[in-house]
Amino acid sequence: MENLKLRFTTRGPIPGTARSTIVGVVASGNLEVLLERVLDQNECAVEIATPVRGYDDVWKAVVADFVERASPGGMRISINDGGARPDTVALRLMQGVRTMEAGDE
Amino acid sequence: MSETGRPFAASASWFLSTARERLAKLLDAGSFTEFVPPSERVQSPHLALFDLPAAFDDGMIVGCGRLGGKSVLVAAQEGQFMGGTFAEVSGAKLLGLIRAARDDEKLPRTILLLLDSGGVRLQEANAGELAVAEVMRAIVEARAAGVAVIALVGGRAGAFGGAGLTAATCSAIVISEQGRTGVTGPEVIETNKGVEEFDSRDKALVWSVTGGRTRRLIGGADAYAEDTVASFREATLALMGKARPFDLATLRAELARLAGRVGRLGGCDSAVAMWSALGVADPRATADMDDPAFVALVADVKGAGDDAR
Repeated sequence: MENLKLRFTTRGPIPGTARSTIVGVVASGNLEVLLERVLDQNECAVEIATPVRGYDDVWKAVVADFVERASPGGMRISINDGGARPDTVALRLMQGVRTMEAGDE
Repeated sequence: MSETGRPFAASASWFLSTARERLAKLLDAGSFTEFVPPSERVQSPHLALFDLPAAFDDGMIVGCGRLGGKSVLVAAQEGQFMGGTFAEVSGAKLLGLIRAARDDEKLPRTILLLLDSGGVRLQEANAGELAVAEVMRAIVEARAAGVAVIALVGGRAGAFGGAGLTAATCSAIVISEQGRTGVTGPEVIETNKGVEEFDSRDKALVWSVTGGRTRRLIGGADAYAEDTVASFREATLALMGKARPFDLATLRAELARLAGRVGRLGGCDSAVAMWSALGVADPRATADMDDPAFVALVADVKGAGDDAR
């Protein structure tokens, strides 16, 4: 298993009051993303566990792009990957943020 | 605690939904509370050994909620993760839920099992087999203590192996056309007995033997749902409060029912022959008709409704 830990400073927190949410499923070509509102509002930590080796740079690029777009301040984001493509990863991350913003529906 | 993702229509397909999506729309809106949620990260300690990714809930979601205003306990398997398998952590979560209901009569007297599993997770086979055995025993003990256990089967993985055995120990089974129950899966039969015995790639054959429609017709499932979360909700609501007392009389009636089924259908060599023996006028059309037509057909079939469990 490859374990990546990334940290970012964000422009601000994401809105909403949901404490945590999980989106996606660990399946072939898919991933699960667990978001928890536990950090300072300008911080974001992303932990990735993936069985696919050698794609650190791609993960860093996709996650950095997501952080720039969504400004997920306060979030501890944990990923269990099932070999998802970068576009799937980006969509799941955005889905997670939208779910957090929507409240605890 | 919300783990359910975006809201979506209740007309969503049960088959295509994730376990969390099914729970969110099956239960009364906002009523679900999860036990041992993903944020506790109680995941498989074994999968990393095989260089396989774990899941934060180990593919088993347990909790409580309300259905039509009545309190229920629920467990849902995620069929997409490792085939929805029984393993050490997922098995312990399910077992703990059932044993709690068995031991504490203040807890809800109904457990809904959203089964979606091919059976035991091979990477944790011993723990998984033990979990299945303990779950079956716990279900029987819980039923003896007055708990109704209802299985809902309509996911990608069906309910095979340990999940098939688990379904068979429940008070009642709700199934859809896409649902399948059985013990030995089609690929396993083909591998052991040859393609002449059972061609696992022949989907029409596989579904005619293990699929929801044939199970419902021969009395192997107690209610038929369309492949929507709303239809599963309706079928489950109709079954709630209907479970018989789990006693000697019920067991004797169930044995008599099964003996009657063997008598009626034991000589058949195909599903179509069974449907014909059951008095279905045009048995070959059974697989192709739409859901309302099938529901009307079931209502006329002798034996489909004689639930004794």
